Amino acid sequence: MLKASKKEEKRFANMQEKRKPPVPLGSNLIRAFITGGLICVVGQAIMEILKMLGIPPDGAAGPTAAILIVISALLTGFGVYDDIGRFGGMGAALPITGFANAIVSPAMEFKREGFVLGLGARMFTVAGPVLVYGLVTSTVVGFFYYLLKG
Amino acid sequence: MGVYREGKYTLKFTNLPVLAGTYTVAGPIEGQGPLGRYFDLVYEDSLLGENTWEKAEVRMLHEAVDGVLKGRNLRASDIDYLIGGDLLNQITASSFAARDLDIPFLGLYSACATFSEALIVSAMMVASGASNRVVAGVSSHHDTAERQFRFPTEFANQRPMTATWTVTGSGACLIEKEEEANKNLPRLSSATLGRVVDAGIKDAYDMGSAMAPAAADTIKRHLEDTRQVPEAYDLIITGDLSRVGKPLVEDLLSQEGIEVMRVLNDCGIIIYDPKQDVHAGGSGAACSALVTGGYLYKELLNGNWNRILLVATGALLSPTTIQQGESIPGIAHAIAIER
Repeated sequence: MLKASKKEEKRFANMQEKRKPPVPLGSNLIRAFITGGLICVVGQAIMEILKMLGIPPDGAAGPTAAILIVISALLTGFGVYDDIGRFGGMGAALPITGFANAIVSPAMEFKREGFVLGLGARMFTVAGPVLVYGLVTSTVVGFFYYLLKG
Repeated sequence: MGVYREGKYTLKFTNLPVLAGTYTVAGPIEGQGPLGRYFDLVYEDSLLGENTWEKAEVRMLHEAVDGVLKGRNLRASDIDYLIGGDLLNQITASSFAARDLDIPFLGLYSACATFSEALIVSAMMVASGASNRVVAGVSSHHDTAERQFRFPTEFANQRPMTATWTVTGSGACLIEKEEEANKNLPRLSSATLGRVVDAGIKDAYDMGSAMAPAAADTIKRHLEDTRQVPEAYDLIITGDLSRVGKPLVEDLLSQEGIEVMRVLNDCGIIIYDPKQDVHAGGSGAACSALVTGGYLYKELLNGNWNRILLVATGALLSPTTIQQGESIPGIAHAIAIER
């Protein structure tokens, strides 16, 4: 076997399956639930405070998201958010704070290659696909919405 | 004649090249690990006060080479060749370290198997009589490897349990002609060069599985070529197969009727404590270099072992081959160290 044949590949994959460490599914789910939940609780608290400060309820969502992004960016900068992500998995990646981390972390990393070819060019290496396909999807949906409504 | 072939792929050295000294530079996590006290220099900060991870890695390699020279009161001009490599694109950590060392430099790449490859080439240089003193040095750095092969270091991702942690550090070894060195030092006696073996693993977060078939292949061929049983060695130690790949090597060899369970261990398993949150274990060119140059060499000197077979393992992938859906070829080079 040098480049394994399909049959050898399969035999090895079976062998490997038996030796693979188990995925800690239960604890991963619980940790994602706690982390994601806590981030949402913080978001809700910020929103309630904004409302108490007199911002109308339907106008408070935007500033709340902005504040969460700033907090996440700061935590990424201080080297804390990657630890939260390692603990919480999708619970930390899915909220808007995870998106902010996905942009700030390459920006920090590649700043060393300069502001144009480093930071500027590579800031969206992780978040880029989300933006590209998010924009494509919303354009398509918007087009059909326009057609159907018109 | 100082080098001849035994069996099909194994090199035997006569006038055994002497492993006359080692020097290891380790990062913070490696220093806190169970082998921390065996390393010559441990940094508390993985940047070493530099402004990029790459500069830190270059400095670690430079300091490892300096350290091994100082240990024997030698100067760069006493060394005939510097042989080594690292994991960065175009092996820049090694060539940048060599830029300041003023020793003719031979750069190598076999991913994390570069360390044993460098020892083998050095041993051939010395055993053949072409040179009196050679330094072999390799490095790897967790953060330079992460940003090149995976994600930015501060990116919040959750690594799977099969993932390994790239060792931050550097190790350098001085290989000398028999006449130059002290009689009681460990020697390099034989080496088996590995074939590239690909078992079809495509998961870049499971390199232990990808490299295990190559390690098993090299161990089997070494034992066959030299007509030895595994127990002829006090220890057969693979480079960075981790807790995932090591049992696979045992399984693969067991199918061939070779039982290595009692003598097999892995540098990637022993360099960290499982509590250190490194998942399956350590990896990187410095993994086998730190364990060999620090722990194994010192325990050989103490007389705890007499014969060791180091089988450093490498995963020959690049981010491009992974993204294009190619499987991961593995390689393993073995070298026997004995006193």
